[in-house]
Amino acid sequence: MFLIYCPHCEELREEEEFHPKGQAHIVRPADPEACSDEEWGDYLFFRDNPRGIHHELWVHAVGCRKFFNVTRNTVSYEILETYKIGEPPRITAESLASDEVQGKVQVASSGQQTVGATNATVETVKGEKA
Amino acid sequence: MQRYSGFGLAKHALSHHENWERQWRNPTPKKQYDVIIVGGGGHGLATAYYLAKEHGITNVAVVEKGWLGGGNTARNTTIVRSNYLWDEAAALYEHAMKLWEGLSQDLNYNVMFSQRGVMNLAHTLQDMRDVQRRVNANRLNGIDSVVLTPEEIQEIVPIMDCSKNARYPILGASWQPRAGVARHDAVAWGYARAADALGVDLLQNTEVTGFKIRDGRVYGVHTNRGDIEAKTVGCVAAGNSGVLAKMAGFRLPLESHPLQALVSEPLKPVLDTVVMSNHVHGYISQTDKGDLVIGAGIDGYNGYGQRGSYPTVEHTLQAIVEMFPIFSRVRMNRQWGGIVDTCPDACPILSATPVKGLFFNCGWGTGGFKATPGSGHVFAWTLAKNQAHPLAAPFSIDRFHTGALVDEHGAAGVAH
Repeated sequence: MFLIYCPHCEELREEEEFHPKGQAHIVRPADPEACSDEEWGDYLFFRDNPRGIHHELWVHAVGCRKFFNVTRNTVSYEILETYKIGEPPRITAESLASDEVQGKVQVASSGQQTVGATNATVETVKGEKA
Repeated sequence: MQRYSGFGLAKHALSHHENWERQWRNPTPKKQYDVIIVGGGGHGLATAYYLAKEHGITNVAVVEKGWLGGGNTARNTTIVRSNYLWDEAAALYEHAMKLWEGLSQDLNYNVMFSQRGVMNLAHTLQDMRDVQRRVNANRLNGIDSVVLTPEEIQEIVPIMDCSKNARYPILGASWQPRAGVARHDAVAWGYARAADALGVDLLQNTEVTGFKIRDGRVYGVHTNRGDIEAKTVGCVAAGNSGVLAKMAGFRLPLESHPLQALVSEPLKPVLDTVVMSNHVHGYISQTDKGDLVIGAGIDGYNGYGQRGSYPTVEHTLQAIVEMFPIFSRVRMNRQWGGIVDTCPDACPILSATPVKGLFFNCGWGTGGFKATPGSGHVFAWTLAKNQAHPLAAPFSIDRFHTGALVDEHGAAGVAH
């Protein structure tokens, strides 16, 4: 069970209130009619699907019903931050890799599924840390 | 290869079954092969077997990062059926079904294929229309399929709540008598043993870390045990296909999700068929050992962790108990997740890629096990002849640009 911090409600809520909606930051082509079949197919269907840091869209379906973004590790499932639509992620695969080299960030050991149980994790989820 | 038979069993009994020969070798990787298969699950091993058997290409390596059949082959709910809606998908899955029917004899390995029938329930009027449409489509494609009434369902599965008072009353079902279950591990082991006997090298604990590509053409792979060269490379890596595609420099229209399943404590025989319900989201069968095998829908988020969230399990069990009140006090023994590579149209990708000589067989999503023999058979053909098998042609990756999708979300069932 994830505990997800909704940046609109500003509360940690249980996973069942939310729905994942796939990869975030996909920009709809400004002029779809001008797209080639390749560009349109890529926009509709092709995804990054990374093993590791993933920026994804979630909706607080039975809460405020608003959309927001989550940065999550797809192997450990740890939620690193949540942020509103239109904001850039603070944590990316690149930033994490460089921080790891400097020993700033501890990546959760795999096997951790539940997020948000401790204050330290809550801070991470809110994006105040790291 | 030591052939298995009743006589052999009796002979080995005399020496207390201590002298059975190993089922396959554990070879050292050669520098070069004709074909490399990346991924030693059911589909990969089947591909290697049919390459050797049907096309005489025996200089083949199957490169597996863990152990044979340790991924989704070991994690599925073993259901085999072919009642898909569209002609292209039905042809592919029915091709697999026909191979299933002779598989134990072909491999000289008991895969315990049991054609006990699969039932897809309908709980709403729209469900009923979908069932009727699919059954009609199946019959036009020569696939056995019938519509059942609630009375007929009750006769086949007496323990199911078919009353009108249920929260989601059962209005009918589609029924494929030839469908059933098979022993998942035995499928991987049977293909591995038969492929090994034909000269295929099964390289376990060998992880592909990159592709050797020159001028847009693949000529080998980097592994943790050194480089291996081959002009043709087939990737059959299920949930990790996206990771391999990234190594090769392109993207796939796939998302990897956790798909969970669970088994109960062993019970006396109580359910002799497979029951699936799209509407309330659950499917169930009983193994020969007596465990109830229960499957669920995918977890909606991307995940490579081979586990999912508890609410998904709870949701599935709610559906199962709703249909089978008799199971409300059954205790669950084990629960696990696999990584399924879901495609936007719930159909697989059997295709050439932007890199010449590199082929992908992926995107089977939640329903790959049933297709194991057919997938391997047509993919071997594709690799051997360097062109798509007629049954594989509609499943080219190009379809996501041309728009010729094969939308099987209905027939793919509960898991999507």
